[in-house]
Amino acid sequence: MRLRAHIPMTNGAQSDLRHLRNALICGFVLAVLSVASLLVGATGIGLVSLMSDPNAWDILLISRVPRTAALIIAGTSSAIMGAIVQRLVSNRFVEPSTMGTIDCASFGLLLGLLFAPNAAPMGRMLIAAAGAWIGTAFFMILLRTVPLKSPLMPPLLGIAFGGVIGAMTSFIAYRFDLMQSLSAWSTADFSVVLKERYELLYIAAAVTGLGWLLADRFTLAGLGDNVARGLGLNPLAVLAIGITIVAGVSGAIVVTVGFIPFLGLVVPNLIARWRGDNLRRSLPLVAWLGAALTLLCDIFGRLVFHPYDLPIGVTMGVLGAVIFLGMILRKFGR
Amino acid sequence: MIEIENLRKSYAGLPVVDIPALTMPQGGVTAIIGPNGAGKSTLLSLIGRLETPGGGGVFLDGENVRSFRSTDLAKRLAMLKQDNSLTARLTVADLVAFGRFPHCNGRPTDRDRAKVSEALELVRMTELKDRFLDELSGGQRQRAFIAMVLAQDTEYALFDEPLNSLDISHAVAVMRLLHSVARTMGKTIVVVLHDLNFVARYADHVIAMKAGRVVETAPASHAIREDLLKQLYDTDVAVSTRDGRTFVDVYG
Repeated sequence: MRLRAHIPMTNGAQSDLRHLRNALICGFVLAVLSVASLLVGATGIGLVSLMSDPNAWDILLISRVPRTAALIIAGTSSAIMGAIVQRLVSNRFVEPSTMGTIDCASFGLLLGLLFAPNAAPMGRMLIAAAGAWIGTAFFMILLRTVPLKSPLMPPLLGIAFGGVIGAMTSFIAYRFDLMQSLSAWSTADFSVVLKERYELLYIAAAVTGLGWLLADRFTLAGLGDNVARGLGLNPLAVLAIGITIVAGVSGAIVVTVGFIPFLGLVVPNLIARWRGDNLRRSLPLVAWLGAALTLLCDIFGRLVFHPYDLPIGVTMGVLGAVIFLGMILRKFGR
Repeated sequence: MIEIENLRKSYAGLPVVDIPALTMPQGGVTAIIGPNGAGKSTLLSLIGRLETPGGGGVFLDGENVRSFRSTDLAKRLAMLKQDNSLTARLTVADLVAFGRFPHCNGRPTDRDRAKVSEALELVRMTELKDRFLDELSGGQRQRAFIAMVLAQDTEYALFDEPLNSLDISHAVAVMRLLHSVARTMGKTIVVVLHDLNFVARYADHVIAMKAGRVVETAPASHAIREDLLKQLYDTDVAVSTRDGRTFVDVYG
C-alpha cells in the first residue's frame, strides 16, 4: 500500500506484485515444512550431525528425502485429483474415496496379490489402477443414469458402493489371511517410505501433471454437458480422460503409501471458497495446500509420540474431519 | 444459411418436431413462438446439435451440422439453453472467457481478451467481472451467460428463452442488445420467446410452431396478427396498434 503512494502503477503491475508476494509466502511456508520434514524423526538430524556423523547422511538420503518427496507428491496429487473429480461430477462432496475409486483400487490390488503374487510393483500398480478405473467408470455411469437431486446423494451413493466393494475385499482378504496387507493400503503411512520403495509415486506426479494441462477442459466439463458441447468439447471424452487420470494416480498412491483421507475433499473446497473453481486459477493453490497440509500432519505425527510414528491416516483423518464438519456446518447453517 | 429438411424427432414414440422443409431467415432476430410443447426448444437443440434427429437434418450453408467437427461448429454457431444452473464457482470474467474456448483452445491471445472485454461491455457487466456467479442475482447471471455467447462471436447465435428470470428493464435491455448485435455485427440470432410484445417490438422474423410443425414463417410485422395467434395458442388475443407500434393483449 505504501509502495503505491510513491510509485504510480497500473492495475496489472499491482496485481502482479501481489501475486509475486503470495507466491513467495507460499514457497517459503513449503520450504520450511520440507526442511522440518527432512530433519524431524526418531533420529534428529541437524547441521552438526550432518557435519560429523556419516550415518546422518544415510538417514537423510535413504529415509528422509524419499519420505519428504513422497509426502509432497502424494499430498499434491490427492488434492488435485479431488479438485478434478469435483468438476467432473459437478459436486463438491466427492473425491476418490467417496466414489468407490480407492476401494476398487484396493480390490484390484488384492486380486493381484492372489493371482500374481510375484508381480513387480509396477504390475501391482497397473492392476490397482485398472480396478480403480472400472470402479470409477461404474460410479460415473450410475450418476448419469440415476438423476440425483440432492448434492449429498452422489457421495452417499459412492460411499455405499465403496462399502460393498470394501466388504468383498475384506472377506476375501480374511479368507486368504491377507488382512494385514489390506490395512496397510487403506491407512496412509509414510514411515514405510524408503529409497527404492516409493518411486512409483513419480508416475502419479507425471499423471497429475497431465491432468493439470487439461485443467480448462475439466472446468468446462463441470459447466454441464450442454454448455461444454456448445463450446465444441466432447464431455464424455473429457470424462473418460479424467477417469483414467484419477484411476492412475489413485492406483499409484494406494500401492505406495496408502490413501490419505479427507485431503481431496477438504483442500479443493477451502481453495474454491477463496479462489473459485476455475482449475487453471485454483490448481496451483490446491497443489500447494495439499502438500503443506500433508507435510504438517506427517511432521505432527512424528512428534506427538516421539520417537514413535503416528500414521498420517490418523492425524489427517482427525484434522480433515474437523475442517470438513466446519465447512458443512457453515454451508448448511446459512 | 440454416436450412432444415425432413427434420423429425420423437420422444417415447410421440413426435415433437416434424418439419418437412424450412429455411431460417438470414440476419436479424428471428423469434420462434408457439405454445408449450410445440417443439421450439427441441428445434433449437437440433440446430445446435445438442439432440440427435430421428430423421432428416439441419444444414448450415449446405453442410449437415452432424458432419461438422465440434470446434468448427462452435466457431460458427453458439447456443444458450434455458437451464444454466451452475455448481461451479466461477467469476463472470472466467465464464465469458470460456466463450473463446473454441477459438483459442484454452490459450487466449490479445484478440480473445479483447473479445471478452467487448462482450462484458455489451452486457454492462465490466464492473462485475471479478465477482463470482453465485454471488450475483439471477438477471446478472443470465447476462453473464449471454456475454459468454457473444464472446464466442459466432455468425449464428441461438437463445432458448433468454428472458427467463429477468425483470422488465433487464429483459428490455437484453432484447435491445440482441437486436443491435444482429444489426451492427450482421449476425443471425434465433430466440425462443414467450412474451409476444417483445416479439412485436424486437423480432425481425417469426417462426410460429404448434405440435411440432411450423405453422408460419413471416416477417414479424406480418406474423403478429390475431387469427394466427388465436390459432397458435387457442386463446383470445387482441392485437392493436398505437403510435405505429404493435401491442398484443393476451389477458382475455
